[in-house]
Amino acid sequence: MDLSSKNSRLFLDGISKSYPGCLANDGISIRVEPGSIHAILGENGAGKSTLMKIIYGVIKPDSGQLYWEGQEAQINAPVDARKLGIGMVFQHFSLFQTLSVVENIALGLDQNSASDLDKLAERIVEVSTKYGMPLEPHRLVHTLSTGERQRVEIVRCLIQDIKLLILDEPTSVLTPQEVTSLFDTLRQLAAEGSSILFISHKLKEIQSLCDSATVLRAGRVSGACNPRQESTTSMAKMMVGDETQISSEYPKASDSQPDFLSVQHLNLKTDDIFGIDLKEISFSAKQGEILGIAGVAGNGQSELLAALSGETKLDEANVIVFPESDLTQCNPMQRRAMGMGFVPEDRLGHGAVPDMSLRDNALLTGFLQGLISRGFLKHRAIENFTQSIIDKFDVKCRGQSSLARSLSGGNLQKFIIGREVLQTPKCLIAAHPTWGVDIGAATSIHKALIALRDQGASIVIISEDIDELFTISDRICALFDGELSPIKPTDETTIDELGSWMAGIFARQQVA
Amino acid sequence: MRIKLEARGQQSKLMSYASPVLAAVLTLICGALLFWFLGKPPLQALHTFLVMPVSDLYRIAELLVKAGPIVLCAIGLSICFRANVWNIGAEGQLLMGGLVGSCAALWLLDAEGVWVLPVVLIAGVLGGAAWAAIPAFLKNYFNTNEILSTIMLNYISLNILLHGVHGPLKDPDGFNFPESAMFSDWQIMPVILEGTRLHLGVTFALFAMVAIWVLMSRTFVGFQIKVLGGDERSAHFAGFKEKRLVWLCLLICGGLAGLAGVGEVTGPIGQLVPNISPGYGYAAIIVAFLGRLHPLGIMLAGLLMALLYMGGEMVQIQLDLPRAITGVFQGMLLLFLLICDVLIAYRLVIEKSISKTTEPALSIEPQAVAIEGK
Repeated sequence: MDLSSKNSRLFLDGISKSYPGCLANDGISIRVEPGSIHAILGENGAGKSTLMKIIYGVIKPDSGQLYWEGQEAQINAPVDARKLGIGMVFQHFSLFQTLSVVENIALGLDQNSASDLDKLAERIVEVSTKYGMPLEPHRLVHTLSTGERQRVEIVRCLIQDIKLLILDEPTSVLTPQEVTSLFDTLRQLAAEGSSILFISHKLKEIQSLCDSATVLRAGRVSGACNPRQESTTSMAKMMVGDETQISSEYPKASDSQPDFLSVQHLNLKTDDIFGIDLKEISFSAKQGEILGIAGVAGNGQSELLAALSGETKLDEANVIVFPESDLTQCNPMQRRAMGMGFVPEDRLGHGAVPDMSLRDNALLTGFLQGLISRGFLKHRAIENFTQSIIDKFDVKCRGQSSLARSLSGGNLQKFIIGREVLQTPKCLIAAHPTWGVDIGAATSIHKALIALRDQGASIVIISEDIDELFTISDRICALFDGELSPIKPTDETTIDELGSWMAGIFARQQVA
Repeated sequence: MRIKLEARGQQSKLMSYASPVLAAVLTLICGALLFWFLGKPPLQALHTFLVMPVSDLYRIAELLVKAGPIVLCAIGLSICFRANVWNIGAEGQLLMGGLVGSCAALWLLDAEGVWVLPVVLIAGVLGGAAWAAIPAFLKNYFNTNEILSTIMLNYISLNILLHGVHGPLKDPDGFNFPESAMFSDWQIMPVILEGTRLHLGVTFALFAMVAIWVLMSRTFVGFQIKVLGGDERSAHFAGFKEKRLVWLCLLICGGLAGLAGVGEVTGPIGQLVPNISPGYGYAAIIVAFLGRLHPLGIMLAGLLMALLYMGGEMVQIQLDLPRAITGVFQGMLLLFLLICDVLIAYRLVIEKSISKTTEPALSIEPQAVAIEGK
């Protein structure tokens, strides 16, 4: 340890951690200074989350040392980390939905500070207003929006004396406006001397927020930089390596095509108490265009997808129609037969059966592609279909017999997209097509979708990734609390406008 | 100190097949110890238990006669288990098959001709299938847990059968014994090996094995069953008709178990008696898992299970040990199989406690309380 690290808030020296079959962290060294907003940048599977869990004491490293303010520190559990002044906001919130904000926060505190809930509530109001993220302490968590839930998580950290705040992909659940206000809060915290570790793979955000960055690739540090002095391309290269192609722009489709899929007055009451009712959703997707539906998770996306795929049954007629036929009463299999294809939200355990081979998973939705004759499986045809998915979409696997669960997220997603695209559907509904997928794979998925569009398919993409939607969709809209915003051509709208739609600011459609 | 199970990274395919063999070996070792504790020479006892039942042709034929119904039930159960339909009711379906088959046989007691036996057999199959239709209906339309409904139906069917043999089906010339009249020659399964009790019914198990193997590995319906069991949400996504698959699995299983039951009354027994099955339907559950739900594996496991039944009788006669030994061996076999399967998928980690943290309040560990905001 050199002398300068005496002043560092946190210094990691040669941290390694391996799991059976994978080296998640390989000799990682990072230095974080007081008052600095430090980005940890890397693709999914680069080892970011593992490293953060090591700092927070959730996981123990196999080797390497951790120094806290110049002192060698042993962090065996999150309790130890919190005592030092380390707080963490996880990507998946750890909140009890049926408890109030103050009760949730009290659960994380020791007995003395948790005993007086009224005092704690006052303190929550005080802290949350100070940092510009107002909270009502007695609201029940399940009534809060995703952005507000994240505030609860952050305030929970700030209630204690915080010296290092770790945020794992915090912006993926926020609207652009919410992102801006989160960044203001973080800058204020940093100005007061707290250090912030900001984990992300969104380069533009990192450029606007962070003053230093460490890039991880395949468990190792592949570069360190000042994000304000780098271009997004040069940082992307550090993330993915030189050989991967990074996408840029695609020409938009001309808008002279006729409508193909049209959805009229889709109303749906959900059975799930935490679900969202769909209200008067109407839209149409033209032939040869990509319609993007933006929205923060939990605003009715799952419900809309299930209604479109036929997994949820609708009572009325003429809600989901093709030019010649009404699909509303068709089950998923019949909809496929009429030329629809679907890429569901969860790839493992929805889009693919985890413990089945790729061959079986190709058959799962590809059975209408001549893979069956009189109820018997045509093994040769199934093999050919599987192999063409693997070849054309560059799915990295040991072979057709590999289990779906053995593939990495990105490769499985390529497989599922390939399975649907190769069936050349007339209408493809795709949810989060590149969620958690590395840049290289995302580019090839985008290209495949654009190619399918250019063949005349009408494509609906539901995604939380605004950059993605602006890149590939021809027209765009947003879903908020089960209602659909107006639809505009992508060229004629702005991120700000889409952001306000995502926050529910748009003229409501007339309820018939 | 804390003991926990940690998932192994790569699961060995070889080990998943070795697991039943390992379980059988462990059962033998513990069985030998058991005999030793009971004061019997362990090796000789094992010899009596496992080798004597197959020491001559007659006994081998007896083994096959016992294996037949077990394999039929287990093959039917394997389809249900593949679909995650936890049918525990093969015993009840078997009894119902025997009962309905017997009713048909008694009704046709004076009939003559080769058509009589098939009619009786079909009646048995329908009886078993109808009994399995009850849990299928309850599961599909009332979301009833099939584990509970099938177990309860086992007791109901046993009592209906007892009512039958003690009441309306009792042989009027039978000196008030709880037995039906003896079936006629036209209703009895022909013996296929002279000098033994090996009857036609045993070959049904072979046919069922091949048919189910084709169904599960070669047809789209079999594929749908596997998807339903592998991941219900994916099956829903692909548009497979779940209710229809549940019907199909339970009806096939009920039919096969019913065939096993009617095969017993028209085969080795020759009439309806109160105890037509020494728990074949329950043993078949163990056999299905021991055989890895694969038809060929089930066949081997079924032979082993039949051997345990034979061995139980042997040690009872030769060594004066209770017949409960069979149940103990069945239990050990299942227990060791489960242990082997768990230890193949997970390794045991013993952690010496590191921190004696005296944390005042409960603290939230993010992984323990991952309640995701939706």
